[in-house]
Amino acid sequence: MTFNPFNPQTLLAILPEIALVVVAALVMGLDVVWPESRRRSLGLLTAGGFGLAAGLALIFAQPPADHPLIFGGMMRHDGLAFFFRLMFIFSGMIVALLSVDSAGVARKGEYYAVMIGAVIGMNFMAAAADLIMLYLALETTSIALYLLAGFLREDDKSAEAGLKYFLFGAFTSAITLYGFSLLYGFTGQTNLYSLSAALLGGSVPIGSLLVALLLVLVGFGFKVSAVPFHFWSPDVYEGAPTPITAFISVASKAAGFAVLLRVMLVVFPDIERYWGPLIAVISIFTMTLGNTLALAQRNIKRLLAYSSIAQAGYALIGLAALSQTGVAAAIFYLLTYTVTNLVTFGVVILASRVIGSDEIADYAGLSRRSPGLALAFLVGLLSLGGMPPLAGFFGKFFIFMAAIEAGLVWLAVIGVLNAIIGLYYYLTVLKVVYLYRSERDHETIPVPRAYALALGLCAAAVIVLGTAAAPWFGWATNAASSLF
Amino acid sequence: MTFPFLSVITFTPLAAAVLILLIPAERKTEVRVTALAAGVFAILLSLYVYFGYDQAAGGYQFVERYDWVPQLGISYYVGADGLNLPLVLLTAIVMLTGVLISWGVDDRPREFFAFLFLLATGVFGVFVAVDLFHLFFFYEIAVFPMYLLIAIWGWVKTREYAAMKLTLYLFIGSVIALVGALMMFVAVRNFTGENTFDMLAMSAAEQAGAFDFNLVLNNPFTGTPWLASSFQKVVFPFVFFGFAVLGGIFPFHNWSPDGHVAAPTAVSMFHAGVLMKLGAFAALRVGVMLLPEGARFHAPWIVLLTLVNVVYGSFIAMTQQDLKYMIGFSSVSHMGLVAMAFMTINRIGYTGAGLQMFSHGVMTALFFACVGMIYDRAHTRQMPELGGMARKMPWVAVAFIIGGFTSMGMPSLSGFVAELPIFLGVWRARALDVAGLPGWLASLAQQPWYFPAIAVISAVSIVVTAAYVLRAVQRVFFGELPHEFEHHVGDVTVLDKTALVVLCATMIILGLYPAIMAPLIETAVGPVMALLGVQ
Repeated sequence: MTFNPFNPQTLLAILPEIALVVVAALVMGLDVVWPESRRRSLGLLTAGGFGLAAGLALIFAQPPADHPLIFGGMMRHDGLAFFFRLMFIFSGMIVALLSVDSAGVARKGEYYAVMIGAVIGMNFMAAAADLIMLYLALETTSIALYLLAGFLREDDKSAEAGLKYFLFGAFTSAITLYGFSLLYGFTGQTNLYSLSAALLGGSVPIGSLLVALLLVLVGFGFKVSAVPFHFWSPDVYEGAPTPITAFISVASKAAGFAVLLRVMLVVFPDIERYWGPLIAVISIFTMTLGNTLALAQRNIKRLLAYSSIAQAGYALIGLAALSQTGVAAAIFYLLTYTVTNLVTFGVVILASRVIGSDEIADYAGLSRRSPGLALAFLVGLLSLGGMPPLAGFFGKFFIFMAAIEAGLVWLAVIGVLNAIIGLYYYLTVLKVVYLYRSERDHETIPVPRAYALALGLCAAAVIVLGTAAAPWFGWATNAASSLF
Repeated sequence: MTFPFLSVITFTPLAAAVLILLIPAERKTEVRVTALAAGVFAILLSLYVYFGYDQAAGGYQFVERYDWVPQLGISYYVGADGLNLPLVLLTAIVMLTGVLISWGVDDRPREFFAFLFLLATGVFGVFVAVDLFHLFFFYEIAVFPMYLLIAIWGWVKTREYAAMKLTLYLFIGSVIALVGALMMFVAVRNFTGENTFDMLAMSAAEQAGAFDFNLVLNNPFTGTPWLASSFQKVVFPFVFFGFAVLGGIFPFHNWSPDGHVAAPTAVSMFHAGVLMKLGAFAALRVGVMLLPEGARFHAPWIVLLTLVNVVYGSFIAMTQQDLKYMIGFSSVSHMGLVAMAFMTINRIGYTGAGLQMFSHGVMTALFFACVGMIYDRAHTRQMPELGGMARKMPWVAVAFIIGGFTSMGMPSLSGFVAELPIFLGVWRARALDVAGLPGWLASLAQQPWYFPAIAVISAVSIVVTAAYVLRAVQRVFFGELPHEFEHHVGDVTVLDKTALVVLCATMIILGLYPAIMAPLIETAVGPVMALLGVQ
């Protein structure tokens, strides 16, 4: 494996991240300079910074056709990384917009700076092509997220969420690191692509290789909240500040998938007949457990936590199909899931500010208090349930198609049956929103402009992805092709 | 490029729904007028397409095709033929009359009409679909607004239960069918090497032998084959029943009476009038037409289930005290005839099925409209509590009686025109492929009296229909007017009367002049017969 020598032009590939660092510094500086009353603009500034980064990425950081390994093989500048980086930047922007009026986090420079740090970490996770880089990026992201989850220090639940997230995260990440060390020990390589070449042809006994694979899988499973590494997620989702819950549920999960897809398909293609069925089994447990436990939830954030566990299960089907269509379907699914969950959490954030609770029962009368917000909730929840003409329908359709194409009809059947369980609890929430009355039916729910913008953007994206899916699926296919 | 009639028909309700949502909530009259305008527009266009179809040319006309997801051969592909045109017209009729009789909806009429019209767009989209993906896409759109329509505006006592039951039943059916459809897609791709969801192309591939292989279930431990059976024979029941759930087929009919009863009037009309046809239609288009060998093979036992539908449905209807439940079970019984007609695998039966779908749609919409009008005024649907309504609402009484005669197959009304060919078709039906059926069933189905006996039994159920319809007419409209209704029950509005007249006129016209529809349906039945390999 030859690496391109350093070339100042490769700096362009990480220009968006460089810009984000500058924005983070700016936010910290202004936080000191600006008086409390002006600090609401910090969130808008952050969102603008993400917008700028997205623009820079689109203009300067398009991956070249040959997908070079850059920075001494630390990163790969390819379609997969590019697709996921844009997705993280987009989620960062939306979450920043959804934070500007959230109590406890809105006017704090360090909140936004840490969030930007998390996005930078995720971007490098998606691009990392070396175990060292991968681990550093993983930890950059995780540590930032531990801080954010426990950001509301006076709130016991938030503090608990932060600590729980940290303990689980540190534990699983240590196991993953051990897996990495085994891989290095077997081959003497840390670059994923060199590893792949070294492992080819069975130079390492399958048994030991599988042990390394399982250890690595633990940390990734934690990131994507796959069963049995999901225990942290309901508590963390419930306790963390809601914008951060949204952020963890979409961006962090997608980042986990980015590294999962790359490591599994690049490093272990030789033994896919072993880990393919394993992923299928994990996906079944993840879907089924997430969906069935969601049925019993009374708290909307916990319900969405279990729902997002289940959603990860569907995406895993795409990987279990072991085909380019499958991976493309999984990537597309993550895109649809990201925009959809952001809409849903956007509504939760706005509604809980006014009703002061996250209990589902307290959402009664929402459609009378704010028809627009209720409609956005409808769009979000039905898209999660996989209804056309919304994004989730195409997402699920492609996933199930990939499964059937790969001959996994039974897996597709389990998947569609799970989709029905999912639909049941999404409809139950909508029933409360549309059907029940509350005593405060006549008080409207104010929607600040930043929130309206964020919700509108995501809801429009949900509908566009649910109708004109072709170009997006094309990009997902393109991203998937860089792994094969 | 010609005017895209079918797309405009499909998206008229959607456009109206968006427009309605933009109207401020308190201006309810504007909302209703917009809805009415959309209904009128849709029916005019449907009439134009219906009468503009060139029967001599046959096949799909008014075709529009655009790439949708070209990577997977998915296209937006619509066309009109003799089978779907009557149903498009039916949908337009029900949509218009549904708006007319929903004028009085006062709780959030914006959302009500928006969801109702979203449903209508889904229904139109399924009927005109030529692409399999297109069909699924709109099928799901047609199903989920139902949940909210019933749960929000339905009958307080059962609405939450009925709405959820209906939604889950229909979804389980549709996703099972979806898995089957995706298996067909993969089979076609493996055969022709081309990604396509175009049902015409899939059908051509099927005729060329794309589905002529065995599905094998391996023992996971030894790797030896456990079971092997022909693809069509395995997949057909899943696809057919997956859709036929929405057509109310036994034993998956259970959601339907509950759903009808809980739904608000316009939604019941849509639901029984149009949505059940959607299920039957999709079962025909996807099940029978793409898997004809499966249909030939499974017909002898599925026809027994449909017989249960017909007979059991009418007996249950007879025991009902609640007028709406009675109509609900009568729908199950009449839709059983449609499914039974599909199992005849002959030309006359299929023509009857096409007519029955239209006729039953109009008739049942009329029934539910009448029941809704009575309930709105008397606040009860229990037959023993009602009586003498003819004096208070003569128009409703006349309309209900016309509907009743249609349902018992009185000549000169559309029910006769539709049911006679079905019985003839069943009488003439034969078991075509018995190899592979269980022995007792194969020998039973080959008896010369098997299908005629089914025809006779189901024809006799018409007597039961007559019994419960006449009993209902007598109890509700004649006899003594209960004392408490003397003052507060008034006549129906002009809009209601218009709706009743439109529906009654449709049944009478079709009954007196079946040539307005039967030859059109026959143009489409021919190709189906060719697929099924019979004359």
